[in-house]
Formats: sequence, C-alpha cells, structure tokens
Amino acid sequence: MTQNEGKINLLLAQFHPKKGDYAHNVRRVGDIFEQIASEGLKVDVVTLPETGLTGYFLEGGVRESARRQGQVFKDLQAEYLKRCGPNAPLLDITFGYYEEYNGAFYNAALYLTLGAEEKAENSWKPGIIHNHRKFFLPTYGVFDEERFVSRGRKVAAFDTRFGKAGVLICEDVWHSITSTILALQGAQIIYVGNASPARTFATDEPGNLTRWRELVKSVSDEHNLYMVLTNLVGFEGGKGFIGGSVVTNPFGEVVLNGPVADECLLQVQIDLADMVVARAENPLLADLQNGLPDLVAELNAIERH
Amino acid sequence: MALKISGETKKFNLIKQPEQNAEQIASQLLKINPALVRDWLTAFLQDEIIRRRNFKKAIVGLSGGVDSALVTYLCAAALGPENVLAVRMPYRTSSRESLDHAQLVVDALGVQCETIEISKAVDGYLETFEPKADGRRRGNVMARMRMIIIFDQSAKHDALPVGTGNKSERLFGYYTWHADDSPPINPIGDLYKSQVWELARFMGVPSVIVDKPASADLIQGQTDESDFGISYSKADRILALLLRGYSRERIIGMGVPSTEVDLVKGKVDSTHWKRHLPTTAMLSSTSINDYYLRPVDY
Repeated sequence: MTQNEGKINLLLAQFHPKKGDYAHNVRRVGDIFEQIASEGLKVDVVTLPETGLTGYFLEGGVRESARRQGQVFKDLQAEYLKRCGPNAPLLDITFGYYEEYNGAFYNAALYLTLGAEEKAENSWKPGIIHNHRKFFLPTYGVFDEERFVSRGRKVAAFDTRFGKAGVLICEDVWHSITSTILALQGAQIIYVGNASPARTFATDEPGNLTRWRELVKSVSDEHNLYMVLTNLVGFEGGKGFIGGSVVTNPFGEVVLNGPVADECLLQVQIDLADMVVARAENPLLADLQNGLPDLVAELNAIERH
Repeated sequence: MALKISGETKKFNLIKQPEQNAEQIASQLLKINPALVRDWLTAFLQDEIIRRRNFKKAIVGLSGGVDSALVTYLCAAALGPENVLAVRMPYRTSSRESLDHAQLVVDALGVQCETIEISKAVDGYLETFEPKADGRRRGNVMARMRMIIIFDQSAKHDALPVGTGNKSERLFGYYTWHADDSPPINPIGDLYKSQVWELARFMGVPSVIVDKPASADLIQGQTDESDFGISYSKADRILALLLRGYSRERIIGMGVPSTEVDLVKGKVDSTHWKRHLPTTAMLSSTSINDYYLRPVDY
C-alpha cells in the first residue's frame, strides 16, 4: 500500500489544445501545474485527453508535430520544475501526443512521473513510466488515422506509485478485449484519453457522449475497476469535441461527470479499496481467469478468412 | 408500472414488433433537440470566429429567407447583436416581401444592417455585354455579385462572412458554386431544410419567414420545391435514408415511390463535383489534397 493508503487524487484536464502548437500546449499544461501549486490542490495524477499536446486532426501535419517520448518527458519535466520550483514534489501525468519513433509515427499516450529527483520515494523517481501506442486506429467516416500513423502492438498494464494501471486511447476501449486484457493483467485503474467529435443531437447531449459514458460504466461494472475518461473539447475545422469527461468506480457508477464542451479541471479522489468490496459481490474477473485457457483455445480455433 | 401475472394459459399473449415505415425511420434520423443544436452551433460560431480566427464580428447576407434568418439569429446569440452585420442586397426584381422579411429579422434582433442594391453592378455587366443572358445566368451573376459584396464588406468592417447553405440544398447542388458556398464558416450546413425550419421556429424567427415557401428570389414566382419537383419534407426523408446507407431498393421497399427516390438520388449523384474544390491534374506524389494534406485549421 502506498502512503495514500489506496487513495488516488486525480485531476482531469478537459482541454482545448492549440492546433499544431506543441510548445504552446506544453505551456498551458504548465498553467495547470501552476494552478495546482497556487491553489494548494492535492493532486497525485493529472490526466489530459488524446492528442492533448497538439490537437487531433493533423493529417500530414503529424510529421511536424510528433515528438520522441524522451523529448516530451524532458519538456514537461522542465515546465513542471520551472512553474513549481526545483524541489517540486512528485506528480504523475498521463496524456496523449503524437510520437515519432524510428521514423514511424504513432497516436500515443505517456504516463510520466515528474518532480525533483530528491523527492524520489520508495524507489519511484521522475521518469517515463509507460508509453502506450494506440492499438485500434479508426479509419472510417471522419477518421483517417491509419493513413498518417502506425498501429501500436501492445496492451500492457504497468506499475505506478499508486498501484497497477493501464492506458488506452479512444477506439481501444470500444473493443472490450483490451480492457479485459488489462484487467487480467491486474490493472486497478484504466486511463483513457479521448478525442471524440460530437454527432447526433437528438437527445439532451451529443449521442456519442452518451455512448461513451455507458461504455466506460460497463467496463468498470464488468471488471470492477476505475475508469478515468478525459476528453478533448473545442472545435477543429467544424468538428466539436464532446467533453463530458467522466470517472466511473468499481461498482459501475459515475463518480464525476465533466460539462459538455467546456475546458475545465475535474478533481476526484478515488479509493482502490472499493475494488475489493465490488469484487466480493461480483467475482466475474476471477471466473474469467478460471475459464481463460478454454476461451483462448476457442480464439485460436477461429478460422482466418 | 403494474405487473400483471396471469395464470397458466394455453394461448400466450403475443406482442408484435411495431412496423416501421420509411417515414418513421427517417423521422428518427432527422430528429434534433433544437436547444442542444442551438447551444452547439453558438459554441461553434464563438470558437471558429473569435478563438480560431480572432474576429469579433460576423457578416451575413440576409435575403429574407429562413436560412439566412436563422444564421443571423445564431450569430447574434453567439457574438451579441452589436457584433453582427446583416447585409440586404436586393436586385431591382427582388420581391418587396424579401426586403421586409429581412427587416423583421433586423428589428427583432437589433443587429447592424446595411442595404446595398446590386442592380447597377449586375446590369453594368449584363446589360452592357450580355443583354440576352437567360434567367439562370442572370441569377448566377447576381449570386456572385452578392459574394463579392460580402467579402468586400467583410474587409471594410473586419467581420467574418458566415454562410447560410443548408444540407438539403448542398446535397442537391442547388446553389451557385463559389458564391453561396464561399464564406469560410457555415453553422447550418449539416442541417436539412426541415431541421432548419424546426430550429428557426425554436429560436423565434418570425413565423411569416419560416412558413413561406422557400425561394431563391432570383426569378419571380419561382420556388425551390417547384424547381425540384418534390417537397423538402419528402426529399429530406429520402436524403436521410440514402445517407444512412440504405440502398435505393431498400428505401423503395419501405414504401417510398421509386420516382421520388430516383429524383432525389439523381440530383445527389449528379452534383458531387459541386461539393468539392476544382479538379487538379495530379503529376507528383506531393499533389495538394491528394498527398500533401493539412487540415483547414492547421
């Protein structure tokens, strides 16, 4: 158990990045760091949306806006220490960006620990904790990702200062198999960064916002873990992103819902101890672990067309 | 809800799936929450005009029809009426009614207004060089003249031109290319005509404007629907089903007359070119918009 005793203080940044301006958006993330410090907010993990450092629809502009993960860590670490001082306490952050690696481009999300080296605790020190490359790239309708970036090939839970976590991006979550894999790997919280342009306006909110909320609720409900969904806001070329960021708990309940379309910071404290309570009532994950060898056999037997 | 538990019975209560005809399916597809759409389009205008392009003001060609009226209402809601310039641009054969209806919008909202008569400018070309031009050519010259004025007034007043083309006419190609579709942003381009009417009613556009037959007012007595050979209501239902992905045969199977489906589909199929930029010959692997791709706001 960490010093938080299983509690994690989250700050979801429902964010409107400036299109293609990485430096500007890093400075705006710096504004968030400064606000945390000046308002004395208790924050363990800051989350930002998919492509939060550049904006989403870049087309061929991915080439100019992509950065190496090491560079992004350096830039955010420098920004954090500049804003909060050389002795700034450890702060985790997860966010989306376009990554360049070995000449290939990815829609990726980093999980970093920032802060002064001297503040290292229990062997956790500032650095890159995990990098996830988007596994499922929507290339239909308004989406054209696989034209400009390459697919990631891994889905992996990882250790953080606050327990085991997973990171997924947008369409990754629409395939229940990815969150199932993370849950089986031991993830207690899954951070999902999202860039979802609003469509269908027949009810009280954009139809895809409703669909997203139901989706993360059902993942939380099935695997009894926390889902943290952080959405882009603002318009890009007429396409407006939904906002409505949400945290759901191991009972499949909404803990906090962000507003539609507005930039804001959402502050939430979660307690990993709730997972134990929820799983005692609802041990579906344990049942799945038991049945897994048989299911894998079925998967392997599926014919390829 | 009261539960009714019957005793054991030989014959079960049969509950049938309700049948859905084309009209019902299309109604679901066309359904909008006008309050939500208004809020969304207001946010769109604020984001695209102020935040993205650093303009404070908008300029709209206000014809007296429901589309430009609705756009003026939306701009006033987004920017404040003092930051909206409505421009009436009558030709000498434009109906008095159109001018009066435009004035109703101006009076209701308190937006700024200019009236610039286009007759001399249009006649300067047509009467001098092309006195025998037919009605279609004359209408297009007028539409392009209005475009020239809007862009020049935009520069004069530092106001962003806002477009007024709705989805139905865009799909039918029922507009003057590089004129009506030229303003850099358009809040109602993804609303069918029937949705424009609904939103306009909701936002308080005067009913005399919403309820009158749609007309380009380029030729006296002309209405859009008489030009099309089908009403907007029927056309919108077919368009919604077609764009959803239902095949021609399936839509006919839902009960829509084949003549109507073919009429609508024919108009859409013959006007794809109009919804694109000009065709450029590709010679390289850096051809603009084929290979070299950057989004509009990059």
